[in-house]
Amino acid sequence: MPDRVPALENLAVEPPAGTREITYVEAVREALRQALAVDRRVFLIGEDIGVYGGAFGATAGLLQDFGEERVIDTPISEAGIAGACIGAALTGMRPVGEIQFMDFVTLSMEQLVLQAAKIRFMFGGKASVPMVLRMPGGSGTGAAAQHSESLENWFVHVPGLKVVMPSTPYDVKGLLLASILDDNPVIFVEHKLLYKTKGPVPEAMYTVPLGRARVAREGRDLTIVATSLMVNRALEAAARLAQDGIEAEVVDPRTLNPLDDAALVASVKKTGRALVVHEAVKTGGFGGEVVSRIVESEAFDYLEAPVRRLAGLDIPIPYNRNLEYHAVPQADTIAAEARKLARGEV
Amino acid sequence: MTQIKPTQPGPAGAPFPAAWGPDGAREKLARMLLIRAFEEKAEELFALGRVHGTMHLSIGQEATAVGAASALRRGDYLLNHHRGHGHCLAWFDSDVDAMMAEFMGKETGYCRGRGGSMHIANVDANNLGANGIVAGGVPIAVGVGLSIKLRQTGQVCLVGFGDGAANEGAFHESLNMASIWDLPVIYLCENNQYAMSMPVSKAFNIERISDRAAAYGLPGVTVDGNDLVAVYTAVAEAAARARAGQGPTLIEAQTYRWRGHSKSDKQAYRTRDEVKEWQQRDPIVRFAAALGLSDGELEALRAEAQARIAQAVAFAEASPEPAVASIAEGVYA
Repeated sequence: MPDRVPALENLAVEPPAGTREITYVEAVREALRQALAVDRRVFLIGEDIGVYGGAFGATAGLLQDFGEERVIDTPISEAGIAGACIGAALTGMRPVGEIQFMDFVTLSMEQLVLQAAKIRFMFGGKASVPMVLRMPGGSGTGAAAQHSESLENWFVHVPGLKVVMPSTPYDVKGLLLASILDDNPVIFVEHKLLYKTKGPVPEAMYTVPLGRARVAREGRDLTIVATSLMVNRALEAAARLAQDGIEAEVVDPRTLNPLDDAALVASVKKTGRALVVHEAVKTGGFGGEVVSRIVESEAFDYLEAPVRRLAGLDIPIPYNRNLEYHAVPQADTIAAEARKLARGEV
Repeated sequence: MTQIKPTQPGPAGAPFPAAWGPDGAREKLARMLLIRAFEEKAEELFALGRVHGTMHLSIGQEATAVGAASALRRGDYLLNHHRGHGHCLAWFDSDVDAMMAEFMGKETGYCRGRGGSMHIANVDANNLGANGIVAGGVPIAVGVGLSIKLRQTGQVCLVGFGDGAANEGAFHESLNMASIWDLPVIYLCENNQYAMSMPVSKAFNIERISDRAAAYGLPGVTVDGNDLVAVYTAVAEAAARARAGQGPTLIEAQTYRWRGHSKSDKQAYRTRDEVKEWQQRDPIVRFAAALGLSDGELEALRAEAQARIAQAVAFAEASPEPAVASIAEGVYA
């Protein structure tokens, strides 16, 4: 087996999206299929990813095409899945693991935080752990408190890990391929409610570089920094605000670590106002980090109002549909908060 | 409650496998002496306040490390535990200077002084590192085994851990996964009778830790871990099975740590008599006797090992400290 596979290198970087539309989950599957096809180092491992096709269908059909050796169904052993990825990555492979629900990554934490993240550093930079661990987070499916977590910020707090959180079909394909190519352990956070969303995606392989934010909508009156599903809701809110003459700029960091500070700062310097939106609970959430990066930068001098956060309530996700709806930001609450900020009411 | 049964020294058989030859056998003795000398020096350096941090000494357990490595091939993989100086020094292409330099936190150490005693690795020799987390390396062995199987290289992965690790959940996930996929992994449980202060007699309700293998459908064997040849033989058999695609083996090597858990241990959980009794089973003295060495010959070899360690200390002391400007290197590739 060759050490380096040219097919997975020199990929186009953020090419034009084209006109073909597929869903987010199809884009995940296409990236996995293409990586498996061109690089013998890549294999998939996780619970029910084979015949079942993954709890959300991300790996449907891949077992048939690539066989049991490369699409590996595991027992219910999340520490084992993480360990399997680490050991394989340390010895020349490019594993892509799946944690069925992000909540279950709590059972893998020792392996991810104390092993995957630290091995390279502890060994003086002489080892690398090029693995990707995919996991769907987020609420909105009525799955209640143990199947709806948004735990991304735990991983942002661990040097040695990268954290990726794509919001569009285009980004999820390009970021997944970039993550597979990356020589570091990558926590790849998908969202259950995004799986069925559609968008244009090039058929050929390409990458979206880790650490580069995307301006999802341009505007002059305020900046909304949003992650994952909240990007869609922020865009919906921005459309409503536009009807009132408020032009919101929506910035999607796409990767939480490394974080594209420059893009955030540039946007806030332009608009003078910032609202940070995420689904995870507010206290200790990623929003605190974004706010700090903004106020510690030269953007501080451009601020015309306090930087605001809109995030999940500090509660577990409730089961009841209406309570669940009110537990996390929605387009209407984002619009309301943004309107107040733009009008100087906060 | 059922209690773990200690092994008794086995009957004297052939002193060593014929393939080693007398010189090869002497080398293994010398390797055990080097480990002993390294750790005695480590202890001394701590006592003198010349080393920072903590350490976990494997004095008394040298036969397990040397016996296991002797049964494997260059190119095989090692995942090691926190009491792992012995395994590192016993492994292929080990460099005692780099070991001592790492122990003393120097830039010339295996891990550039970033890892220290608990995280020594020699990645170039497929020594994938010691681990500060009990059972931390055990799930990683599944991945190494999978990688070997996918790459079809005929290597094996030796994963060493202690009796304490056998009660971590990760141990069970790992053995099961390696078993269902017939992975080329050798699980070497170094039962040194205590998980810090918790004796195996209170931590298990079974007679042998190796009995747990049956639960996952793999062979389990218990050997006298202070008998270099017994460890060698068990690991060689496990390696042959693994290379033949027959999957993992769990080996319990019963041994004893002569020193405390770490440098702060007052050892209130055991008696001096118990320690003395185990010291009568010194794996080095036993193997030297099996080779027919006189006391004088053994002492000459011991002095040679100590001299080598003194050189390593001199190398480490002359080595530079890591530059503060390099503090963040190696976090990301």
